[in-house]
Amino acid sequence: MAKKIIVRSLVALFAAVWTVIAFSPFVFMVFNSFKDKFEMFTGGVFAPPKALRWANYAAVITKGTFFHYVLNSVIVVVVSLALTLLCSAFAAYPLSRFKFRLRGFYNLIILAGMAIPLHVTLIPVFLMSKKIGVYDSLWALIGPYVAFNIPMSAFILTGFMQGIPGEIEEAAEIDGCSRIKTFFRMILPLSVPGMATLAIYNSAIMWNEFSFALVLTQSVSNRTLPLSIWEYQGQYSADIPMIMTVLVLSALPVILAFIAGQEKLIKGMMAGAVKG
Amino acid sequence: MRGKLPSLAAARSREVNRVAILFMLPAFFFIAVFIAYPIADSMYLSLFKWDGFATVAPSYIGFSNWRRLLSDTVFWHAALNNLKIVGLSIAIQLPVGIGLGYLLDSTGRKLNALKVLWFIPYLMSSVAIGLLFRYAYDPYFGIVKYVAPLFGKTTIDLLGDPGRALYAVIAVICWQFTPFYMVYFLAGLSSMDTDIYEASLIDGATRGQYFFKIVLPILSPTIRNACILSLVGSLKYFDLIYVMTGGGPNLCINGVTTGATELMATYMYKNAFTMNEMGYGSAIAMGMFLIVTSVSAFSMRVMTGKERA
Repeated sequence: MAKKIIVRSLVALFAAVWTVIAFSPFVFMVFNSFKDKFEMFTGGVFAPPKALRWANYAAVITKGTFFHYVLNSVIVVVVSLALTLLCSAFAAYPLSRFKFRLRGFYNLIILAGMAIPLHVTLIPVFLMSKKIGVYDSLWALIGPYVAFNIPMSAFILTGFMQGIPGEIEEAAEIDGCSRIKTFFRMILPLSVPGMATLAIYNSAIMWNEFSFALVLTQSVSNRTLPLSIWEYQGQYSADIPMIMTVLVLSALPVILAFIAGQEKLIKGMMAGAVKG
Repeated sequence: MRGKLPSLAAARSREVNRVAILFMLPAFFFIAVFIAYPIADSMYLSLFKWDGFATVAPSYIGFSNWRRLLSDTVFWHAALNNLKIVGLSIAIQLPVGIGLGYLLDSTGRKLNALKVLWFIPYLMSSVAIGLLFRYAYDPYFGIVKYVAPLFGKTTIDLLGDPGRALYAVIAVICWQFTPFYMVYFLAGLSSMDTDIYEASLIDGATRGQYFFKIVLPILSPTIRNACILSLVGSLKYFDLIYVMTGGGPNLCINGVTTGATELMATYMYKNAFTMNEMGYGSAIAMGMFLIVTSVSAFSMRVMTGKERA
């Protein structure tokens, strides 16, 4: 019994320590976003704010171009996400359900696509975007975002579609349904749960993407949220509370999306986690 | 029409091939244009000296950039830094991730609120995390000032000290990515059959025995995948370092000045986009490509090989 208590308290300690580690920077961020500069210097960074001061939030939201950046990010994420999911579902259909020539080769390309570091492509993609005239526009980001998120998505959707019973297709074929129709009428609707998981997962990645956005856009009006944070940092260099406010606001959408979709996210990961 | 009529089976397989290629086409368009072509183009560009401006033509210099790369202390030091991140990431993130995932799995929904809390670091962008920790690590205002007295010091400069900066950054990387492995292992654990637990209880196994003798072996494919993910991710690390340290502080190795936290990707970025050396930048990118693909192919082979044996 004594041993059990020791083990239990060790486990509780582990959980408590991790909670402090995971959460204290976040607390640091939220607390300071409510302070003004002087309160932070005099009261110490870890003291809770004296009052819920919304002035920083009001300043970020009304004065600057914060919503412009948010809108840019939303446009890029929505367009890239739709293309990624569609292309991945298309690719996953034959990979999961047909025996065809070159299937091994296609599978290999998908696997290789997951391992290739995006920085290897940065210079050529930068030059390409200049050549075709999309450099410094939101459109420049969409191609690379789609290309680099397809491999993982196609891989997970392939696993997902393998779980759909084959009888469905046989029945459809007997009823005279073409394969293309079968895909749109049967397989695609049945894959919606898997795609929902990937939607959450991919949009978090795209929302936070930094490298391509840094290299492919230049003007303030065409930058996405992660780069705006970078700019605010220059603008308010000494005003830590202001920067913390921007950080809180930019992290909020993803945190809310996770809270809403966490069950799905974990279920969707199961396919990849177990089979790999 | 001479010759044999195509059999029904052959016609069918032709049709399958056609449909398959049609469906693969959009995905392969994107992969070909934005991944495959750029790799080939990087290789090509690495043979030139070029500042990246359209008005000046690139000049062909053969393998000079590659020779320069092979003897570039900064690049190899950066690669070594990447390997240190790989090692420490796997050694820290995976065990803690398994522990947290197992805790969440075995307590059911009770700790759901904690799960969200524990996952927050992974949801923040690397830029936000980088800035946040730059302030948290600030020797005068940051969290460091509160922790340093525990070690008998008034404060510790973490990011400014070449001996500590890399480890300070790795700590942040672990903070950011452990939650991912937590959820990854949670997913693996929750797809395990609960009967196994009941059967082991009936056989008189303790919880510890159950964890080490049953859970870990069953989880081994998931652990293997997590290792590969962590390895590949650590080799291409960029955002956080760029924001937190920019590769610095300076460090002197055999008379060559390099950055204490310089990585392959940050070094590539600096050469190509700050110093406008597109040719040498491409050579670094290709070097990085060769290192990443060979290390990941090797480790995948080793790990899957062990599985089969």
